[in-house]
Amino acid sequence: MGFGRYLIRRLLLVVPTLVGVTLITFALTYLLPGNPALVKAGPLATPEYVADMERRMGLDRPVYVQYWRYVRGLARGDLGQSASTGRPVLDDFRQRIPATLELTLASLLVATAAGIPLGVLSALHRDGPLDHLARVLGVVGVAMPTFWTGLLALYVFFYVLGVAPAPLGRLSPGVSAPPHLTGLYVVDAALTGRWPALASALHHLMLPALTLGLAVMAPLARMVRATMLEILASDFIKAAWAAGLPPARVIYHDALRNALIPVITLLGVIFGFLMAGNVVVERVFAWPGIGNYAVTSLMTKDPAPIQGFVLFVAVVSVLVNLAVDVLYGLADPRIRLR
Amino acid sequence: MAAPGAFVDESPAAPPARRGRRPANRLSGAALGTIVLLALLGALAPWVAPYDPDATDPSAPLVSVSWAHPLGTDIYGRDQLSRLLHAARVDLLVALAATVMALTAGTGLGAVAGFRGGAVDQVVMRAVDAVMAFPAFVLAMGITAALGNSPAHVVLAIAVTHVPVYTRLVRGEMLRIREMEYAEAARTVGNRAHRIVFYHLLPNCVPPLVVQATLAMGFAILTVAALSFIGLGIQPPQAEWGAMTAEGAEYIVSGEWWLFLFPGLAIMVTVLSFNLLGDALRDLLDPRLRGVR
Repeated sequence: MGFGRYLIRRLLLVVPTLVGVTLITFALTYLLPGNPALVKAGPLATPEYVADMERRMGLDRPVYVQYWRYVRGLARGDLGQSASTGRPVLDDFRQRIPATLELTLASLLVATAAGIPLGVLSALHRDGPLDHLARVLGVVGVAMPTFWTGLLALYVFFYVLGVAPAPLGRLSPGVSAPPHLTGLYVVDAALTGRWPALASALHHLMLPALTLGLAVMAPLARMVRATMLEILASDFIKAAWAAGLPPARVIYHDALRNALIPVITLLGVIFGFLMAGNVVVERVFAWPGIGNYAVTSLMTKDPAPIQGFVLFVAVVSVLVNLAVDVLYGLADPRIRLR
Repeated sequence: MAAPGAFVDESPAAPPARRGRRPANRLSGAALGTIVLLALLGALAPWVAPYDPDATDPSAPLVSVSWAHPLGTDIYGRDQLSRLLHAARVDLLVALAATVMALTAGTGLGAVAGFRGGAVDQVVMRAVDAVMAFPAFVLAMGITAALGNSPAHVVLAIAVTHVPVYTRLVRGEMLRIREMEYAEAARTVGNRAHRIVFYHLLPNCVPPLVVQATLAMGFAILTVAALSFIGLGIQPPQAEWGAMTAEGAEYIVSGEWWLFLFPGLAIMVTVLSFNLLGDALRDLLDPRLRGVR
């Protein structure tokens, strides 16, 4: 099958998944939490006012009509209105997504920079000391609650050693944010030469990124190790050894390149880990991202942001998995036949 | 897919593990021992805990680790060891209930989908795909947020996110074995469908399901704790490890380390034990998955 047909088939598969996803979030938003009209009308509303509100919100219509309206709203970017900020949830998201993105990318960087070499080295020196250390790290790392890792890091580096800043956002008080280009403070500050802002942004990013990065590193290293071992045992590598190719070429050119392809598929899983971790890590470090926003809104009985967050993350997740499959189809033509 | 399926994606083709008594066996024994001990301590918490978990003591606020209070006290003078033990009961029960619920529902759906095939299979699998499209923790957040805080809702939320793993597992097994000769034989002699499924096919799924459920317990505990940590799960003053960690987090800036350290440690040890036990069970029960460690 050509890549074009593979791409089209994969794109079509997104449709039922997105329908399923929106059905679930619709159910969570409209069907479960009591009567939304009652919530909106407030506790002092008369029954007539509530009935009027129901009519205006379309709650007296059949469920499928309501669902259709919900989906049409989503297509226009309508994620509902936040009661606590009084603004559309999407606007609040736009303002906070750069913070979440910066943390996510930094953690991904930490995880890959540490996880891939660790996985490769422990596969090369199987059952050696490093492999054992990596295994222990992996097993323990997966079992550590991410919020607790963050608190431990905070206690050691902020309270005891005093080398980390107080967990209060992205910049120290008194440091002004760099001009908005990408919204990622580190990138913006570096591009515009705002060195104090760059230093402060990196300083504040350090602990949250390490915390989240470590959580993702363990499964990544494990996966890289497994695929690397599999490839090292395969015939073409044996042939390469037999042909007398230099070890560095066999390991890094032939084996590693092939071992990294299946790792692409792990990106979808990693994204899930990152999003789950983001919520708690943002909470621990008061990081002003969308996860923290969603959870904080809920404390004030404001459900729209969290429902918007769940939907947003699910849609991005579907797109990430789509991108993963497309990349995988490009990298490994065999996959297109499945 | 980002979902609880993350923990079944072991590498399929792997060199055979070496057999025999190795340190790994002792490790899994220790893991099983820890789980039994924790379950006992949790079940007997009202009798083994030195204090009432909710009893305040204005004369002993924020006492550090000491003989009278081995794990210290919080701002209200509540004994942290007693709270930790009572929390064990909550965390383990919620995780167990969620796991049993997901196991039952997931197995049922998977069996129907795999055995019936056709439209039923399509509907079930599309629903499973939709659930798996959500990162598990994020969906659990959404469900608890919509239903409201309560242990029952946390159980339900975690169960929903875990169902797909079992459904896919059982469906796959069903598709594989329903065409086998012994299943054919069972049909030929006139057994009813449900009898074939329950007596002849499902028993084959038990070993991988046990492995999966054990690993899922670890994930369930992490999820309960994380939900409670962000204020969506079990609510204070109820003692629960994640909620206790959240309460302790406020005292990091003033150096009361025992408040956040011990509940987190309890979570880690428990999850670690379930994961180690699950890995050991996989090696023992499911030779096909035996592999890379």
